[in-house]
Amino acid sequence: MRLRLEQREKSSPWLNLTLPLIAIAATLVLCGGLIALAGANVIEAYTVLFASTLDSKFNIVETIVKATPLVLTGLAVAVAFRAKFWNIGAEGQFLLGAMAAVFVGTQEGLPTWSLVPLMILCGILAGGLWAVLPAILKTRFKVDDVVTTLLLNFIVFYAMMALLDGPWKDPLSGYPDSPDILMDAEFPILLRATRLHLGALLAAVAAVFVWWLMRFTTLGFAIRAVGESPRAANYAGHNITKVIILTALISGGLAGLAGVGEAAGLHFQVMAGISTGYGYTGIVIAMLARLNPLGVVPSAIFFAIILTGAEAMSRSTGVPVFLADVIQGTALMTMLIALLFTSYRLRVSLTRHG
Amino acid sequence: MNETTPILALRGICKSFGAVHANRDVDLTLHKGDILGLLGENGAGKTTLMNILFGTYAADAGRIEVDGTPVTIDDSAAAIDCGIGMVHQHFHLVPSHNVIENLMVGQKGKYGLLDRAGAEARLAKIAEEYDLKLAPNALVGGLTVGEQQRLEIIKALFRGARILILDEPTAVLTPQETEGLFKAMRALTERGLGVIFISHKLFEVREITNRMMIMRQGAVTATLDNTPELTDRQLGELMCGHELTPPEKPAVEVGRVLLRLSNITAGGTPERPVLKDVSLEVRAGEILGLAGVSGNGQSQLAEVISGVLPPHGGQIEIDGEVLDRPSVKAVKARGIGRVPEDRMGTGLVTTLPLSDSMVLPRIDQPPFSRYGLVNRAAIRDFVKEQVERFQIKTAGVDVRTGTLSGGNLQKVLLARELAWDPLVLLVAQPTRGIDVGAGEFVHRQFLDLRARGRGLLVISEDLEELFTLSDRIAVIFEGRIMGIVPAAEATAQNVGLLMAGFQEDAA
Amino acid sequence: MDEILAQVFQVGFFAAMIRIATPLLFATIGELYAERSGVLNLGIEGIMLLSAMTGFSAAYFSGSLWLGVCAALLTGVLAGALMGLLTVTFGLSQHVSGLGLTLLASGLAFFFYRVIFGQQSTPPNIVAFKPVAIPLLSDIPLIGPVLFNQYALVYWALLLVPLTAFILYRTPWGLHLRTVGESPHAADSAGVSVAKIRYQALMVSGALMSVGGAFLSMAQFNAFTFGVISGRGWICIALVVFGQWKPWRSAMAAFLFAFIDALQLRLQASAVIDVPYQVFLMMPYVLTIVTMALLSRNARVPAALLTPFRKEER
Repeated sequence: MRLRLEQREKSSPWLNLTLPLIAIAATLVLCGGLIALAGANVIEAYTVLFASTLDSKFNIVETIVKATPLVLTGLAVAVAFRAKFWNIGAEGQFLLGAMAAVFVGTQEGLPTWSLVPLMILCGILAGGLWAVLPAILKTRFKVDDVVTTLLLNFIVFYAMMALLDGPWKDPLSGYPDSPDILMDAEFPILLRATRLHLGALLAAVAAVFVWWLMRFTTLGFAIRAVGESPRAANYAGHNITKVIILTALISGGLAGLAGVGEAAGLHFQVMAGISTGYGYTGIVIAMLARLNPLGVVPSAIFFAIILTGAEAMSRSTGVPVFLADVIQGTALMTMLIALLFTSYRLRVSLTRHG
Repeated sequence: MNETTPILALRGICKSFGAVHANRDVDLTLHKGDILGLLGENGAGKTTLMNILFGTYAADAGRIEVDGTPVTIDDSAAAIDCGIGMVHQHFHLVPSHNVIENLMVGQKGKYGLLDRAGAEARLAKIAEEYDLKLAPNALVGGLTVGEQQRLEIIKALFRGARILILDEPTAVLTPQETEGLFKAMRALTERGLGVIFISHKLFEVREITNRMMIMRQGAVTATLDNTPELTDRQLGELMCGHELTPPEKPAVEVGRVLLRLSNITAGGTPERPVLKDVSLEVRAGEILGLAGVSGNGQSQLAEVISGVLPPHGGQIEIDGEVLDRPSVKAVKARGIGRVPEDRMGTGLVTTLPLSDSMVLPRIDQPPFSRYGLVNRAAIRDFVKEQVERFQIKTAGVDVRTGTLSGGNLQKVLLARELAWDPLVLLVAQPTRGIDVGAGEFVHRQFLDLRARGRGLLVISEDLEELFTLSDRIAVIFEGRIMGIVPAAEATAQNVGLLMAGFQEDAA
Repeated sequence: MDEILAQVFQVGFFAAMIRIATPLLFATIGELYAERSGVLNLGIEGIMLLSAMTGFSAAYFSGSLWLGVCAALLTGVLAGALMGLLTVTFGLSQHVSGLGLTLLASGLAFFFYRVIFGQQSTPPNIVAFKPVAIPLLSDIPLIGPVLFNQYALVYWALLLVPLTAFILYRTPWGLHLRTVGESPHAADSAGVSVAKIRYQALMVSGALMSVGGAFLSMAQFNAFTFGVISGRGWICIALVVFGQWKPWRSAMAAFLFAFIDALQLRLQASAVIDVPYQVFLMMPYVLTIVTMALLSRNARVPAALLTPFRKEER
């Protein structure tokens, strides 16, 4: 018997829509096996996981708060991957955005009205410029962007730890936490008595902006062309270096904005655990959304549900909270395989011998 | 030729790719000592047939017999076991390995270790027997094209090939190297091997083979002995299916110089450039053909004119204006259109919708976009208009570009350029891999452009094509223009000599 | 200054350096097999973590350390096969597949560790590997205590480097592996199955990475913690680049890294230099990026790295 992949002449739009759903279903079934192995009732565990995040206004809002940075890192990855700029560095760009926000947000003497806009601007710039570094290495020196963006995450992380351990160390408690930002620098709350902050609005605007950028601007056109065939784009007069660097700037800026939101809207400071791998989750989110900016929003909300719901599930059924990590990994793989079938079909053929 | 069992026989081979029948009911027999010429145009199904024989593709129907015994060849290992060796058009060598390592790939070794000494001894034996010599420790990346081909042949012999398939082996060789290859082929057949020689160059097939088989659109149209009574015209008709009639070429008054290259050096390194001191002129109302064996600097020349490759020295002048800093944008803005050889690689983006591919080079200008904002409606209208005008066969304007056939892709590329009424159109291998009908359509467009007082530079390896189209033919060899011959004086002989690097006598 | 040097460069320092290098050697050489066959295995971090967990758990319950190593090996081989399924059979993006594998394997490691051991106030531990002194050799002054009074797995790691060089350059399998990584078409036309070799390379790669992970939870430490690998896998990706895809050079890169790491630990402990220790932790990453940029012009990257091979593709 032989398994062979054959290219489809045309990918059907029906598949485009259903495949992510099939991938999610497959993921939940596979991970259901793990829940059973952990000795819990699968239905019950999933019910708790999903219901706990959606059963009250408070929980729904909390899920949206959790989804906010995920939408932004998901967009960051989606834009970059469209240009085949493999930005695995959203994690580091996120941290830099958060650090820049705290740096600005702790400055006394700036006009109070300027604090929030300045934090946003500096956070976007910090993340964006940091992403430009591997973009230059890729275009000028042909250095693999996956490896550089990945390694740059560690450099940012250790730099942040050195900062938290040194100049930013809390002199009283001795904890590696930065000082709090000024009250005037905190993001406004959108819904009274909740934690829903300006960041959520920014994330929604960013999703629409990226969709518009990809669809209605020449830059979006060029990003797709460079991603699909850099040679053809180059021959057609598109400047590949320029396009990749702009892509990196946008991608890093979005990840940086995610960091600003967490620092200015939620924690009001930077600490070691400010990111629980938002940059990496962004990759899964973008892939599940098939790199579609508007698709990133539901995809991010799905993972926000998984991440927050897993804790409630763990408390009530004893299934380890790390199920959320397994679901992320499994979803990425099932989606990858599902994507394959939009452009290929699997042919099983029996070959005769003799 | 003889009545013994053929060493190789193919019976009723069929293979299709989607809706395309690449091979239909093909029969082939090869005897010991035969050199069988396999003739046919591009896309006639020659390479597909050989890939089936070598196990790269599985045939849909038919069988293969070696020495009269039916065999199953489902991968290259099985083909090698049957004594079949193949020299592909694109070499299958590892440039970073040396000669002996390339030979040892696929070998079992001795006591689980590489048997370098044994391999070197066999290499020496082959060198002596067939007069094919190569240094065992030479790095393959540093060998010339001719030497690499020799290594491919040695590799086949090394693995015990008795049937050798050469797929368009002369396309990459100079005439001298071709002579060397033919000598080696004769030596092989004298020692009892059977050789299949694939080519679309009539004169070569007539020189070296004793039998020939002609294919057209996937089927065998004739199998004949190579006798002096055969005429090229007969063979040409068997290959093309109709009598060859050159298109009418009305006289056009030649006007001013539209494109002038002066002393261009480019490619490689400034010390060792690929293009050396190239000067050319394309005038209004003329087609300048560029002839040459592939790999002699044609693609670099096209890249320089397209603005992709900045030259080390020399000048590009378009319609009287010297370009200070040549770039794709600058060249495009001054009216150079370009239809590249590599349609899927440098021309179109196969994975994007047809409409996007069609406006790829012009997306940043009205009506397709203003102030960086794309006008989708304008793009759609434009693409629909072009699809209709050029009768491009497609399921719609949103289908993936790669789903179109070669001939239609060529029309897309042409339409994309002609819509902007280029001053000079640069075309490379315009009819390679497309069917005869589409080819004629393409040629008519060229002549039409010429009649309207535009200039064309046509780069082709197909001399026939150049002779029918061009007003003048320039010949390139090792990055130099060897000479420019007016079409009226061009013969296969004088152009052929220039292609081989022999400068014309002053007389 | 001399005092600091004397304090740092002692026998113990070099012995520690060898210990630090050991898991890196295993994983780096593992990655090297995968990359020389044309597949970038970014699953490395996850494979090391998961094997550290399975190895530790098996040793904990069976009481046999070597059974633990076997469990880790099995984990690595299976993970390598999964990577093969994704990148070879399905021809998916090696970048995304590898990251997916790391996400999945890390998640599984944490998940099953909790399922097996629950949440305990003091983490469970085992009696870890003990150094094995090699008779006679360990009595040599200086070299003896540094090289010949180590864990058994350290000796394996040290032997692995010449063994790998031998396999790659002296055996048919090694030649086929290198050919598949440079030109899959050449290998295929010579009757070598590209898919088979790549699967084998990925399984070997997974197995070696897993021993690296198991060393950390069973020799270097005596327990599994969530931070037991903490980016060592990614370091190894960099070490392979640093080592120009050659076994000896990659091993040297691993030792260089171990040297910096050991130095960092000493300086941190002695607190004589007023530089944040994070700067030292950062150094290998910075160095790798700088080296990659400098070497890129004539880097000897396997030519077919990152390209899936599909036979009938036209």
